Amino acid sequence: MIEITYEFIVGLFIVVGGLLTLAATVGAIRFPDVYTRNHAISKSTTLGVTMILVGTLLYFFLFEEHFNSRLVLAIMFILMTAPISGHLIGRAAYNSGVKLAERTVTDELERDRKKGKQANSL
Amino acid sequence: MMKTNNVILETATKVIVFIILLFSVYMFFAGHYEPGGGFIGGLMASGAIVLLLIAYDIKTVTTILPFDFKKVTAVGLLFAAGTAAGGLLFDKPMLTHWFTYVNPPLLGKMSLHTAVLFDIGVFLVVVGVTMTIIQTIGESE
Repeated sequence: MIEITYEFIVGLFIVVGGLLTLAATVGAIRFPDVYTRNHAISKSTTLGVTMILVGTLLYFFLFEEHFNSRLVLAIMFILMTAPISGHLIGRAAYNSGVKLAERTVTDELERDRKKGKQANSL
Repeated sequence: MMKTNNVILETATKVIVFIILLFSVYMFFAGHYEPGGGFIGGLMASGAIVLLLIAYDIKTVTTILPFDFKKVTAVGLLFAAGTAAGGLLFDKPMLTHWFTYVNPPLLGKMSLHTAVLFDIGVFLVVVGVTMTIIQTIGESE
């Protein structure tokens, strides 16, 4: 019985992680501009890959009695780096002048930059 | 040109560089019994330095790590050649390696092998060559 519970938990982690990663790819195809695509991919795959790694960690811990500390390190590393790479890609896109989607309501960064330029020129 | 505000990248780099360096040392010492070794360890260590080069500029990195990487390559080759010649001193063929078991306090039974010295040479050569290539390309206008 306990074996089945363990299998269920491990399988749940890996299947949910795979579905989240699939949701990220659907978002990358369906969303209108760079920023929304970046939003979908960087969040969803971070959690998806983390859950797959947690499932792997639990599998080896529960069934093989082997605690793989490299996986813990990888989970920490992905949680730290993936959002930062998303941030840098979005910033590089904005700085090189990629247009926002047409349904955008307001662009506060552009407004603030104009203000900053005026303040510098004074 | 105004310096761009890179707080997020710089702060993350301060933490992540140490994780990468730790993992490269782990990879280096795992080489004998598990996948890893001097080559991949050296590449990871130079990857950590390249991350520093991306987050900061080349002058800051040369003040953090004041090495001449060409000399690092030379020292690595010296390690490898010295290990290779070590067998000759004991009337054995060249590149003969030797190991023993020691029992230091706290650490328990360890096997010390001269192949580690050769691997240190590989590690230093890989770090030196990679960083020389990247720094010379990065500095040229």
